[in-house]
Amino acid sequence: MKIDVKHVAKLANLKIKDSEIEKFEKQLSEVLAHIDKLKKTETKNVLETSQVTGLESITREDKADSARILSQEEALSNTKNTENGFFKVKGVIQSE
Amino acid sequence: MNNKPLTELTIKEAKEGLRERKFSSVELVKECLDQIKRHDKKLNAFITVCEKEALEQARLSDEKIKNGDRSPLLGIPIAIKDIFLTKGIKTTAASRVLDNYVPQYDATVVAKLKNAGAVIVGKTNCDAWAHGSSGENSDFGPTRNPWNTEYVPGGSSSGSAVSVASNMCIAATGTDTGGSIRLPASFCNVVGLKPTYGRVSRYGIIAMASSLDSIGHFTKTVEDSALILNITAGKDRFDATTPQVKVPDYTVLNSKKKLKIGIPKEYIEGADNEIRITFNKALKVLSELGHEIVDVSLPHTEYAIPCYYVIQPSEVSSNLARYDGIRFGSKRDTFGDEAKRRIMLGTFTLSSGYYDAYYKTAMRVRTLISKDFDEVYKKVDAVIAPVSPTLPWKLGEKTNDPLKMYLSDILTATVNLAGIPGLTVPIGFEKGLPIGMQILGPQFSEEILFQIGSAYESETQFYKQKPNL
Repeated sequence: MKIDVKHVAKLANLKIKDSEIEKFEKQLSEVLAHIDKLKKTETKNVLETSQVTGLESITREDKADSARILSQEEALSNTKNTENGFFKVKGVIQSE
Repeated sequence: MNNKPLTELTIKEAKEGLRERKFSSVELVKECLDQIKRHDKKLNAFITVCEKEALEQARLSDEKIKNGDRSPLLGIPIAIKDIFLTKGIKTTAASRVLDNYVPQYDATVVAKLKNAGAVIVGKTNCDAWAHGSSGENSDFGPTRNPWNTEYVPGGSSSGSAVSVASNMCIAATGTDTGGSIRLPASFCNVVGLKPTYGRVSRYGIIAMASSLDSIGHFTKTVEDSALILNITAGKDRFDATTPQVKVPDYTVLNSKKKLKIGIPKEYIEGADNEIRITFNKALKVLSELGHEIVDVSLPHTEYAIPCYYVIQPSEVSSNLARYDGIRFGSKRDTFGDEAKRRIMLGTFTLSSGYYDAYYKTAMRVRTLISKDFDEVYKKVDAVIAPVSPTLPWKLGEKTNDPLKMYLSDILTATVNLAGIPGLTVPIGFEKGLPIGMQILGPQFSEEILFQIGSAYESETQFYKQKPNL
């Protein structure tokens, strides 16, 4: 089983240099070959496990919890790409 | 108190010494900082050392001790794995992506430890994003095993294990997603606890695989480990995966109950001879302590790595999507090779056309692996097994072969898939390198693990041995 590294990298928003594609292809194919062992298991009527706690529908009151709110200043503190108290990003929608 | 260096004390001994004013927290913390200055250039256990903050906290602790404050960790120097958010202290996940990130809040566990009076001496090195089994995937250089610096200390919580083993602090936090506490603990001759999934809050800890991450710690003794769990365990309103389960006093260890212990044959079959010999000696001690040792089987063990290396990278690919360089951190091309590998693997196994064959199948195999443990726990109280099929390996030996490195998790990953707890305890040395065993129980059975571990430890006292630094 071969992974299309270029395609997967695009899906994952990762830049992989052309010179590295072969290396990752080889490494990931080897891992996948081992993972293919899963095909030998009998899982026809087995339920999936997404989580091991058994908890369901944990909710809380829809009230702002001041213990886990960052101030605007705190929220912006780890980047230089800010403007007027906002995070600055590259344009997504081009206006006419 | 005998004349051993303050850095060699356990939490229990340090607390006693502080309370009886035999020494101050400032003296204790200063000696730890000196130990770091002497040896960390070689061992590389720390990414950030908080000398100023630690000495200030120690000074404040001494005041509190004088005023009769009995907080359980008051004045005790600890280290924090660099994937735990520490407010105001740089937190990097050992990755260049976050090499300038200063958190605006503490992880719940950090807040709890600080509340208990602990003094944070620094942030420890680890495999970047907790991706690794050897400590060699850090963007800040590999950490070395203090017992032989040409060998790996195990990962991903490499720095935390080494900092405790080399007496740079008295306890350190870690995380275990596929073995990342148990493996370095066994490679460094220290006690490592992976609690039940959900026993300890994951809030504020940089997520690796959210259904597998367990938050634990390293100490010199089992008794110390229980003391720390008393502080970190419990439901957290900020982590919806922490169930409402009572936190007992884990330090109550004097139960003389004789237990039935299962040894899973699948974990012995693949182990090297030198591991088996030492492991059998440990079983003999457990037998002499009065426990009944029986053979059991965990038949789906051989599917652990395929299952784990689908589920974990899938969750990793999702968790690392947030590192886009917008609100914090550098751009995604700053990720190291291992992070890129796991993100791509996970993206692939979740992608259209492959989801059923890989991710869905792995989730079903996870059920089979969990059921193996459920069945065995109907017959025995605990399961004991080696942690690694081999001794620690040399630095660089597996770094060119990702699959070979992944297979290091072969005896540890099942535990995370099942969500059960595991306590690693030292059981001896071979060729000068440490070996550990893992004591595994049903969910929320940490008391049983501590009981077995502490009796074994009192009998064998491997914690008294120190590396030649």
